[in-house]
Amino acid sequence: MVTRNVAPASALRVHEVRKSFPVPDAPGASRLALDGISLTIAAGELVSLIGPSGCGKSTLLRLTAGLDSPDAGELLVGEEKILGPSAERGLVFQDPNLFPWLTVRRNIEAGLVARGVLEAQRHEVSEFMRLVGLEAFANSYPHHLSGGMAQRVSLARALINHPKVLLLDEPLGALDAFTRMRMQDEVLRLWENRRTTMLLVTHDIDEAIYMSDHILIMTQAPGRVDREIDVDLVRPRDRSSESFLRFRSEILEYLHFAGKAA
Amino acid sequence: MQFAVPIAGLITFGVHLLFSKNAPPLETHSYMLLFWEIVGVSIVLAVAQTFWPALRRWMRHMWPIFTAAILLIGVWDLITFGFHLLPLPYFPGPAAVLRSLISDRALLLDSTGHSLVLLLSGYTLGVVVGLISGVCIGWSSSVRYWGMPLLKVIGPIPATAWIPLAMVISPSAIVSSAGLIALTVWFPATMLTASGISNTRASYLDVARTLGAGRAYLIFHVAIPGALPSIFVGLFMGLGASFLTLVVAESVGVKSGLGWYVSWAQGWAEYGKVFAALIIMAGFFSTIMTLLFKLRDRVLVWQKGMIKW
Repeated sequence: MVTRNVAPASALRVHEVRKSFPVPDAPGASRLALDGISLTIAAGELVSLIGPSGCGKSTLLRLTAGLDSPDAGELLVGEEKILGPSAERGLVFQDPNLFPWLTVRRNIEAGLVARGVLEAQRHEVSEFMRLVGLEAFANSYPHHLSGGMAQRVSLARALINHPKVLLLDEPLGALDAFTRMRMQDEVLRLWENRRTTMLLVTHDIDEAIYMSDHILIMTQAPGRVDREIDVDLVRPRDRSSESFLRFRSEILEYLHFAGKAA
Repeated sequence: MQFAVPIAGLITFGVHLLFSKNAPPLETHSYMLLFWEIVGVSIVLAVAQTFWPALRRWMRHMWPIFTAAILLIGVWDLITFGFHLLPLPYFPGPAAVLRSLISDRALLLDSTGHSLVLLLSGYTLGVVVGLISGVCIGWSSSVRYWGMPLLKVIGPIPATAWIPLAMVISPSAIVSSAGLIALTVWFPATMLTASGISNTRASYLDVARTLGAGRAYLIFHVAIPGALPSIFVGLFMGLGASFLTLVVAESVGVKSGLGWYVSWAQGWAEYGKVFAALIIMAGFFSTIMTLLFKLRDRVLVWQKGMIKW
């Protein structure tokens, strides 16, 4: 079983983080993407981040992954400051970004190879392929996979490192509606199975309500967390239940209002 | 359809027979023998294919080409040996070329061997150095700053233009020729490797970093595999150019190899031998090219179905 290897999840804290980017065509000028954003995600929670495009959601995720560094403020996993990318913070993009030159099995192994622990943990590769239901495709190359299958490989590739935090950047955004709903259950199953702290960036309000413990709504650039909504519904959630729809209209109304004000 | 090759063989054979009455039998003997063999073997194949589906598929694919090639030899025979439309001794007929091929086979084989050794040693050296310099230039911006101008200035000079210098620098013509071939290959190999490496998708590198990858993994497991399609383009360009350098270097400095053989035969006005050597070269170079294609198909098997293969 995979569960016995579960690493302790960690809380994720973002404290007064500012980040600006140079404007491509104007030397010296810069655009503020995040303006003193703060948020806390408790260990083992699944939290969604929604907001208009360009509000800095993906920037925040990249900072959390350690791929960029903040201008001011700090990000912490547990008590540890984030200084650079690490295998303990997995990242899944909208594009699965599978290495096209590696088979499904070798893609899933990539993290083990990169950390030099393939020999010690080889037995887990098959477990993770089973976990995402892709044993039959072990020796296929990525371009033979459908979008949903490729994203499952991408999830398995991130999870095999037993990350303390899993960052998901619109991971289901490119999938068709049916596949997306199935994949939402899949991600929930993986999360319930492993209780990894997850931060999910999404455009899809239903997805956020269906999946997360809390929803953070961000404002238009420069980004800040504007509002936090606790989704206190029992899982599995019913997408057409009255309470579900109430959350939905609450968020829609809020975003609509924010959009008008801006 | 399956008898197209034997029929073409008989036609070409007949053309030759028509004109060979006054020629000494020695000149035409092996040519006639060859065509008896072609006709014989192709008839056997044409019969065998009725029982053997794999052979039938292969024949359906290859037969038109074979037929055309044999008829082309017939046309060549007609123009040269038949009607003497082209001046001798520059354009011997196929029978004379075949005779040269057979009578000089030992020297031709020896020359091919020398060419092969020279080509492979120069090519391998150029590829190894080109891959290393290409990866360094493509990966590191400081190496690119210093390396790129050098590459842009030195690279486009045709390697053969260095021959006068190369012959002075190295005491051995073989060593300097291998060096020239290496230089020929080095330029495209470096250029295409560097461009492949620097075009690595940033998101692949990001993903690898979040999977715990260090620099070695990023270079050897992400950048290089991603650059392989581009690297192979460089290897093909380098191979084509290295044939040219090989032949020129052999005919100028080195006293062995097919390039030397051609200019030596030309010196004796033995054009049958020149053509014989050209035929050997065609087979030799295209075989090496085919081997590189086969290697690419193996290494880039993951692209199958992704691009026009």
